[in-house]
Amino acid sequence: MASDPLGPCARTPLYDLHVARGARMVPFAGFEMPVQYPTGILAEHHHTRSAAGLFDVSHMGQLKLEGTEAAAALETLVPGALRDLSIGRVRYTLFTDADGGILDDLMVTNAGDHLYLVVNAARRAHDAAHLAAHLPAAVRLVPLDDRALLALQGPAAVAVLGRLAPEAAELRFMAAGPATIDGIAVWVSRSGYTGEDGFELSVPADAAVAVAERLLAAPEVAPIGLGARDTLRLEAGLCLYGHDIDTTTTPIEAGLAWTIGKRRRAAADFPGASVILDQLANGPPRRRVGLRLDGRAPAREGAAIEDDAGTPLGTVTSGGVGPSAGAPIAMGTVAAAAATPGRAVRAVVRGRRLPATVVDLPFVQHRYHRG
Amino acid sequence: MGVMKFTEDHEWIRVDDPVTVGVEATVGITDHAQTQLGDIVFVELPEVGRTVAKGGEVAVVESVKAASEVYAPVDGKVTAVNAALADEPARVNAAPEGDGWFFKFAIAAPAQLDGLMDADAYHAFIEGTG
Repeated sequence: MASDPLGPCARTPLYDLHVARGARMVPFAGFEMPVQYPTGILAEHHHTRSAAGLFDVSHMGQLKLEGTEAAAALETLVPGALRDLSIGRVRYTLFTDADGGILDDLMVTNAGDHLYLVVNAARRAHDAAHLAAHLPAAVRLVPLDDRALLALQGPAAVAVLGRLAPEAAELRFMAAGPATIDGIAVWVSRSGYTGEDGFELSVPADAAVAVAERLLAAPEVAPIGLGARDTLRLEAGLCLYGHDIDTTTTPIEAGLAWTIGKRRRAAADFPGASVILDQLANGPPRRRVGLRLDGRAPAREGAAIEDDAGTPLGTVTSGGVGPSAGAPIAMGTVAAAAATPGRAVRAVVRGRRLPATVVDLPFVQHRYHRG
Repeated sequence: MGVMKFTEDHEWIRVDDPVTVGVEATVGITDHAQTQLGDIVFVELPEVGRTVAKGGEVAVVESVKAASEVYAPVDGKVTAVNAALADEPARVNAAPEGDGWFFKFAIAAPAQLDGLMDADAYHAFIEGTG
């Protein structure tokens, strides 16, 4: 290539591994990331659902909060009940703003002597600044920029990881702990973004290639790019920040009321609590829904959703084909009155009104290991 | 002898008789295009009888990742479409210059074919942009 069309993108520690395996690299959230390998997105998707896929998610932001008041301090920024989180447990929560909008979604783990956070790649800088601006001096924010993050996902993931780190295979869904792979200390969470059983491994950057190659050497494991990561998470009904959720959507509209702790509801002590709790009690004006389209044409982000009479109902926020669902599928926000499974709607694609049905999420059942 | 020409937008057009007005040509997307697009999941084909000017949008090809327009290589009128792509869009990946053809086209101005690339020029073009 004569010039670098990707510009000044950062590279993860696995960049050379991706290129050596024939990945097509694309700019994503400031990183050069593999969108697919030579087998293609559909094959990668099906491989993850039937065996195991290894994803490089080192572009995501990892950081830790130190200090005895870390959970209480973080609770001032999120509606999750983090003070109640047991050691070794992981929780999905949201940074909310004063209007009840979502600033980012994140995973928080009680790692014993600190909280371990994973935030979206595109929100790393925002979230670090947000935390720095609001945390008390007694809570120390430590970016973990010297760590890579790998996700091993799929029904064979537990067998593969169990051969290398038996202690990790004992974890149940949304639990985490330390493990060693070939003498390398890793932090393992039984979690992911595919709807499948699987693990996320935080690894020292300088050991990332060794761990990745060790996992890829397992016959069940293939490398998977961001293209399949997106089709897998869409089928699993999982939100993508900046698309399905953002500062214009509340947790209630997004169907994420389950992330708001009982104690937090009673105390109403998180950003945007008045808006969010009012919507919880009286219903939000609109809701996130799943859509299944009748034909083969996908409806993508931005497509209008209408009723049979052409009255606007909302907008598609994520859409494409569901390789396992076997149909075009989408998520979108629609007027609350239309957010009823079985409701017939239309998705407007290039001027055509494609028949679609509001359906329950997820499109493909989760297969988490709840123990 | 037939000829096959290529556009900078990665369409191909094949015609048995490149001089007669109204002669039927076949149009599709190139092997390079299908490789770049990846797994193709849907093709929106034009209506038979539609008249399209050179460079006009005439079809849409959807990969897993995104939708892309297909443009008319020359002026003409659509005479047939490859209905098999409705159920088997992956034919475009498997045989982009064979079973994966998009539509047939009655060419209004055969001289426009002279402005398109031949196979050698197209291969040099994709090397240069690759």
